[in-house]
Amino acid sequence: MSDHAHALETSTGLDSRKLAIWTFIGSECMFFASLISTYVVYRNKSLVGPFPHEAWVSPAGQHFEPIIEIPLVTAGTAVLLFSSFFVVLALYGAQRGNRKMMIGWLGATILCGFFFIGMQVYEFTHFVHKGLTLQTNLFGASFFTLTGFHGTHVTIGVIWLITMFILALRGQLPPENSINLEMAALYWHFVDVVWVVIFPVVYLMK
Amino acid sequence: MTAHATTPEHLAHPEEHAHPTPGMYVRVAIVLFILTALEVALYEITYGEHAGAFGNIQPVFVPVLLMLSAGKFALVAMFYMHLKQDSKLFTGVFVFPLIIAAVVIVALSVLIAYHHAFAGGVIT
Repeated sequence: MSDHAHALETSTGLDSRKLAIWTFIGSECMFFASLISTYVVYRNKSLVGPFPHEAWVSPAGQHFEPIIEIPLVTAGTAVLLFSSFFVVLALYGAQRGNRKMMIGWLGATILCGFFFIGMQVYEFTHFVHKGLTLQTNLFGASFFTLTGFHGTHVTIGVIWLITMFILALRGQLPPENSINLEMAALYWHFVDVVWVVIFPVVYLMK
Repeated sequence: MTAHATTPEHLAHPEEHAHPTPGMYVRVAIVLFILTALEVALYEITYGEHAGAFGNIQPVFVPVLLMLSAGKFALVAMFYMHLKQDSKLFTGVFVFPLIIAAVVIVALSVLIAYHHAFAGGVIT
């Protein structure tokens, strides 16, 4: 029996796989809400530095610069937003049987994902070198937990998109199976909208 | 019934409508880029090197930033995640937990602020 016939058999008349991914995304909203609220309530409550936006001198006389670097993260944010645009074009191609369009834009999305992960790895490494770890203070604990979980989601999204890319290259993603790419794209967009919230809350608000 | 409604895709998704065109996706991308630039510009004129260029806008910084962020969130959800065209059930499944999430963030913030202000609370 075809995928479409299965879809028609559901009580809602909607594709159960799509309903499942939306339900999962809904649960993820609450997951990230708990992490964001933890970051918000611990904001500006750290007793020792380094701090995100202010310089700090330790009792031993060691000077710490403000740790957040806005330009780098702005670039990462822009790339993630563009990746959402790219993946929606890949889906557009997939739904219309335009294999070249699907593969091209999917490849661009994956590259954007790698750029964002690279940005985050650089940022985390840089912060550790500047003296901020998970154990340093409340900012470090809540920052690394929140952005680390987001980065993990991005990594999972990249792996998911790579599997779609391989299927597309093998010609195993015809228009009637474009729902598979649509689910991956929905997850990717969700990762993007979570960052849309994290970026101003963590990096721009003092 | 429209011509679209007889295609296999629409037989499988009877409550869903045609997704936007690439032109619409491009327009949304441009708006998203502009909103992100506005966020960073707002930070620059509030706390950055150009702080004070437009007077003291610190009181409105957070509300404006949250509005810009909400606008970006809505644009991605409506157009890129196709909630504007897809079944309202998907919107409900997404928005209901989103409301709970927002309530959790606000409630925890208020609770901790109260604890800090009136109970002399030190977070340990």
